[in-house]
Amino acid sequence: MTIGLGHYLTVAAILFTLGILGIFLNRKNVIVILMSVELMLLAVNLNLVAFSTHLNDLVGQVFALFVLTVAAGEAAIGLAILVVYFRNRGTIAVEDINMMKG
Amino acid sequence: MTALPALAPAYPELWLALSAMALLMLGVFRGDGATRLVSWLSVAALAVTVLLITMQPAETVTTFGGLFVVDGFGRFAKVLILLGSAFSIILSLGYIRYERMERFEYPVLILLASTGMLMMVSANDLIALYLGLELQSLSLYVLAAFKRDSGRATEAGLKYFVLGALSSGMLLYGASMIYGFAGSTGFPQIAQILSQGALVGGQASIGLVVGIVFLTAGLAFKVSAVPFHMWTPDVYEGAPTPVTAFFAVAPKIAAMALFVRAILTPFGEIAHEWQQIIIVVSALSMLLGAFAAIAQSNIKRLMAYSSIGHVGYALIGLAAGTEEGVRGILIYLAIYLAMNVGTFAIILCMRQKDQMVEGVNDLAGLAKTHPGMALLLAAFMFSLAGVPPMAGFFGKFYIFMAAINAGLYTLAVIGVLSSVVGAYYYLRIVKLMYFDETAEPLAKPVRGELGAVMTVTGLFTMLFFIWPAPLLSMAATAARALFP
Repeated sequence: MTIGLGHYLTVAAILFTLGILGIFLNRKNVIVILMSVELMLLAVNLNLVAFSTHLNDLVGQVFALFVLTVAAGEAAIGLAILVVYFRNRGTIAVEDINMMKG
Repeated sequence: MTALPALAPAYPELWLALSAMALLMLGVFRGDGATRLVSWLSVAALAVTVLLITMQPAETVTTFGGLFVVDGFGRFAKVLILLGSAFSIILSLGYIRYERMERFEYPVLILLASTGMLMMVSANDLIALYLGLELQSLSLYVLAAFKRDSGRATEAGLKYFVLGALSSGMLLYGASMIYGFAGSTGFPQIAQILSQGALVGGQASIGLVVGIVFLTAGLAFKVSAVPFHMWTPDVYEGAPTPVTAFFAVAPKIAAMALFVRAILTPFGEIAHEWQQIIIVVSALSMLLGAFAAIAQSNIKRLMAYSSIGHVGYALIGLAAGTEEGVRGILIYLAIYLAMNVGTFAIILCMRQKDQMVEGVNDLAGLAKTHPGMALLLAAFMFSLAGVPPMAGFFGKFYIFMAAINAGLYTLAVIGVLSSVVGAYYYLRIVKLMYFDETAEPLAKPVRGELGAVMTVTGLFTMLFFIWPAPLLSMAATAARALFP
C-alpha cells in the first residue's frame, strides 16, 4: 500500500478534531487548552506540507514555516497571560474561569 | 541579486511599524512617566499615517510579489481604522492614569495592533491575511489583559486568547484546504483558477467548500458574528473600558474589511457556495444582538450585544455580494465608528465618587446633572437604534436597499424587525436619563479630551443628514475598486 495524499489529510483531520475536542471537553487545566491549540496548528502544518508535495509547489512549505513562527509567539503570549491570571486568582482550573457569566 | 520589491505602496504600514518601535525605545529610556508623551506621539504617528494614505495615487497597486494590494477599498477602511485607534488612545489618557495602569506599552500596543489591521485590509493572499491577523490578535490579547492586577481583566484576556487561538486555527485549516484544492494562496490566482474550469458543472470541489466554510467560521469569530460570538460579552465586560472602546471599533472594522475582501475577491464567482452561510450568520447575529441585550444591566455588556447586532447588519451587505452591498458596508462602518466612539467616551465619564461604574441604571437622572452629556448620549442611542434623521438610520437604509436590490427580501425584513426590537433597549437608556430620579448622580467635571471626542462624534451623528454626499461618494469609489 502506498501512502498518498488522502492518508496525510486524514491524519491531519483527526489531529485537528482532537485539538478542538481538547479545547471544549477539557474541564481541568488551561495548559491542556494551550497544548490543544498547538495540536490544531500542527495539524494545519501537516496539511500544508502534504499539499505542497502533492502540488509540487513550495508556497505551502513557506506557509508552514510562517505558521510555526507565529505559533511560537502565540504560545509565549498565552503563557504570559496565564501567569498574570494565576497571580490574581491562584488557580488555572478551567471551571474557575467564571467571574463573568457567558 | 534580486531587486527589492516596490516599497512605496506600503509606506503607511512601514511608517507605523517603525514609529511603534521608535516610541517603544522612547518609553524604555524615559520610563512610565513618559506615557502621556508617548500617547500623544502615537496619535501624531497615526495622523501621519492617515496623511500618507491620502497621498497615495488613486489606482490599484500590488507589491511584494502580489501579496499586498493597495486600492480604494483598502484606503477607505484604513482611514477608518486609524481614526478608531487614534480616538481610543485619546479616550484612554485619563483612564489609564486614574486606574493606575499608566504604562507606556499601552499606546505602543495599539500602534502595533493598528499595523496588523492595515496589513489585514491590504492582504491579497492567504499568508498575508494570516500574518496581519495574528499581528493584530496577539497585540489585542495583551491589551485585554493590560490591567494585570485585576482578576476580571486577566480573565477577559485569557478567554479572548483561548477563543482567538481557536478561531485562528479554524481559519488556518480553511486556508490550508483552499490552498490544496485551488492550488494557490493568492486571492486573484484562486479567482482565476476557479473561472478556468476548476468547477465541475458550476460546483466547487467538496474540499474547497470545506475550506471556505472553515475560513468563514474563523473570520466570523473575528467579527464576533453569531454563532461565534460567545467571547464578545465577557471580553467587553472584563477588559478595561478604553480597551473595550478600541475593540468595539478598530478591530471590528478591520476584520469586516478583511472578511469582504477574502470572500469576494477569490470566491466572487461561486457566490452560491457561501451566500447561504453569510445569510444565516447575519440573520442570527441581528436577532441575538436585539434579544440578548434586553436583559443586560452592565452597559459594556449591552454594547457588546449591540455590536454583535451591528455586525449582523453589516454582513447583509456581504450576503448581497454586490458593489452596492460593499458600499453599504463601508458607509455603515464609518457611521458605526462615530456612534461607538461617542458612546464609549460617555461610558468613560461614568464615575461616582472616584469609582468607575458600569451599570445601565447608574445613568438615571443624567439629564438633570449633565444635560449636555445626556443630549449626546440620547443622540447616540437614537442613532444606534436607527431612528431618522440620525446617522445610524442612513447606515441601515443603504444596507437594506442593497439587500432588496439583490433579492434578499427575507434578510431585509428580519433586519428591520430586529432593529425594532433593538430600539427597546436603546430607548430605555434615554428614558432612564430623562424620566428617572437618581440617589447617586455621576461625578462632575468631565475631562476635556473626553468632552471634545463626544462632541465631535455627536455632531457627526446628529448632522450627518445635512451633508451626506462626501461620505457616500467616497464609499462608492472605494466599493468600485473591489469590482474591477
